[in-house]
Amino acid sequence: MTPQLRYVLRLADSSLVLAQRLGEWVGHAPALEEDLGLANVSLDLLGQARLLLAHAGELEGRGRGEDQLAYLRGESEYFNLTLVEQPNGDFGQTIARQFLFDAWQLGMYEAMQQSADARLAAIAAKALKETRYHLRYSGGWLIRLGDGTEESRRRTQQALERLWPFVNELFATDDVDREAARAGIGPEPGTLESGWTQRVDEVLAQATLAPPARAHFVWYGKQGRHGEHLGYLLAEMQSLHRAHPGANW
Amino acid sequence: MTATAATGALPADVRARITSLLAQVPDPEIPVLSVLDLGVIRHLHRRPDGTIEVGVAPTYSGCPATPVIKADIERALSAAGLRVAAVDVLSPPWTSDWISAEGRRKLVEFGIAPPAAAVGSPRALLRADPEIACPRCGSRRTTKTSEFGSTPCKALYRCESCLEPFDYFKCI
Repeated sequence: MTPQLRYVLRLADSSLVLAQRLGEWVGHAPALEEDLGLANVSLDLLGQARLLLAHAGELEGRGRGEDQLAYLRGESEYFNLTLVEQPNGDFGQTIARQFLFDAWQLGMYEAMQQSADARLAAIAAKALKETRYHLRYSGGWLIRLGDGTEESRRRTQQALERLWPFVNELFATDDVDREAARAGIGPEPGTLESGWTQRVDEVLAQATLAPPARAHFVWYGKQGRHGEHLGYLLAEMQSLHRAHPGANW
Repeated sequence: MTATAATGALPADVRARITSLLAQVPDPEIPVLSVLDLGVIRHLHRRPDGTIEVGVAPTYSGCPATPVIKADIERALSAAGLRVAAVDVLSPPWTSDWISAEGRRKLVEFGIAPPAAAVGSPRALLRADPEIACPRCGSRRTTKTSEFGSTPCKALYRCESCLEPFDYFKCI
């Protein structure tokens, strides 16, 4: 697997897994507006994942399309960030996870607009418009929850504490990243950190929330080594397709 | 219609005929708008084998209407005896600035507030929330109730003057 292919799969899988997580809220969100909001963000991410997976399939050149890549890869063949596979928890935790990811994805897509891979650059330019809107939504809610009631503030701060251990991986750079960056495919994750920190700190300050201390441990989801949650998510997402190969609506 | 980049290869009369056919193809989710009004038609040209290629820009990456729009275009043009293929055009990305003046007028009539500011305008760049006029009574005393509405392209608003809720077509 070339570094370029793996780099694209990482992006595709992070979008796909988060889209699936957000889909779990449909019919369960605290208000109709948020049901629609989370479903819309999920739909955008799913659309981005489809474009990226289709592109990955072309790069691979073995005839695998978006469906095969989404439905027929196992847990260790998924290269998403560990952050996005974390369970939804309460609404505050879902919003905190979304916010941390949106703030990362924004910087990533901004840089990827200049990709030497023209298709990737086009996907980034398209997705960036959507991501800006997602960040407005998640950031807006984080402020309302953080600067809200005592209860909402306590739970949102708790969500940040719970999710912060996964932040290191957003900026961890390995050989795949270095190789992709050298070829001009996309940004090296480490270069996204200062922009991310600035975006996040600004909103956290408005939300009267404190950024937790950074952990030492770095997760390895993007290398295919996941926590305990991804397997269950994939089982639910893939079971229909595996039981009825090629099934269509 | 802003799309003209690759139309050179089509004779003017054929182009005019296709354009008038496309003006009859409605957006599946906001049927008062044609696909031309929506600004999603990016190019029309003839392939070497004679097939007419219609370039369609998806509004949002995951919008379920996109495949329907392409199928509807193919159906409408095939019914008129043309061989046609609708293809995705991702770059440059679709923007609400491409909605035609006619399209904006139709949106208001339908009860949807059109995108307020051009995406590149100073107001939008400074990220000020635009003032949205109520499509029913015209009042500017309106409040956003949700960033997202019934389709990816809309947000929900309420008018504080006539108290009616309404959809707002987002700027992207």
